[in-house]
Amino acid sequence: MSSSVICDPQVEVDVRGPRFAAGITVVVLAVSLLTIGTAVAAVLLTIQTIVFGLGAFVGLKAQPYGIIFRKVVQPRIAPASEFEAIAPPRFAALVGFIFTAVALIGLATGVTAIAYIAVAFALAAAFLNSAFGFCLGCEMFLLGKRAFSRSVSV
Amino acid sequence: MGIVTMLGLVLVVSVLMVATAFGLWRKKTDGQMKSIAKYAPIPVADDDPEVDVVTASAGDHGGERLTAQMLGSALGERATIVQFSTAFCQPCRATRRILDEVATMIEGTNHVEIDAEAHLDLVRQLDIRRTPTVLVLDSRGMITKKAVGLPRKADIIAALGEVV
Repeated sequence: MSSSVICDPQVEVDVRGPRFAAGITVVVLAVSLLTIGTAVAAVLLTIQTIVFGLGAFVGLKAQPYGIIFRKVVQPRIAPASEFEAIAPPRFAALVGFIFTAVALIGLATGVTAIAYIAVAFALAAAFLNSAFGFCLGCEMFLLGKRAFSRSVSV
Repeated sequence: MGIVTMLGLVLVVSVLMVATAFGLWRKKTDGQMKSIAKYAPIPVADDDPEVDVVTASAGDHGGERLTAQMLGSALGERATIVQFSTAFCQPCRATRRILDEVATMIEGTNHVEIDAEAHLDLVRQLDIRRTPTVLVLDSRGMITKKAVGLPRKADIIAALGEVV
């Protein structure tokens, strides 16, 4: 039960990076939600799904909003004073990816209600992340683990 | 309004309002130390610790009691701070830092960190819902307090002050 299993100190990011990324995500998802039913929403949701997918499956270094933060924002602000492990923001990206992918499926199949619900949840999660530094997906993780691995616990 | 739908507008405004309310509420209540109602303190008049251990293990107290075996780590001589963590947990690191500091500062206190994912039976038994969850145990291993979320250092010290 050593701490290293729980958090690998070698892989860390400036805490402001994921929060900045979440801020852009809030804007993209809010505009998507406002314009569902038009091509604008379809394009924005496709972009956001790719962004989430890169963050979740490739890594935070490949996450476009994170790249904007490192290239444009970080050089202009105070040096990083707080760091966090990359596992939580990557997990958050995976949860976001699932929601926006579901929204796209909803749009593609003409079931707009699904798109509205999925984007609304994704927007709430991204807003909580950006405004409060609170990772909704991470919070749900243990509950999910408890529910879905009933008798196979170690 | 062009391409903006009324439904979209209502949804965006509601989502942001509900999320703000939730965020503020969470910020206010996160990490608060809650007393365990079932906890029975160690009798003050009791100067024989052996007797104490016997009554506690006999189940006279309704409170939950943790053993070194359950935790996979020795109990502190005077108190133990147990922290449940997961890999996908932002505030777990800050919690660990605070608890390590306090455990070093207050003699006879151990800080035990448990990977919740690897101890799901214990997690269910103690009804741990999110991480970090911090439990303060007295010298017998009885749970006295519980905090869900990043706890404040002063609250941890105060909770320990009641048991050591």
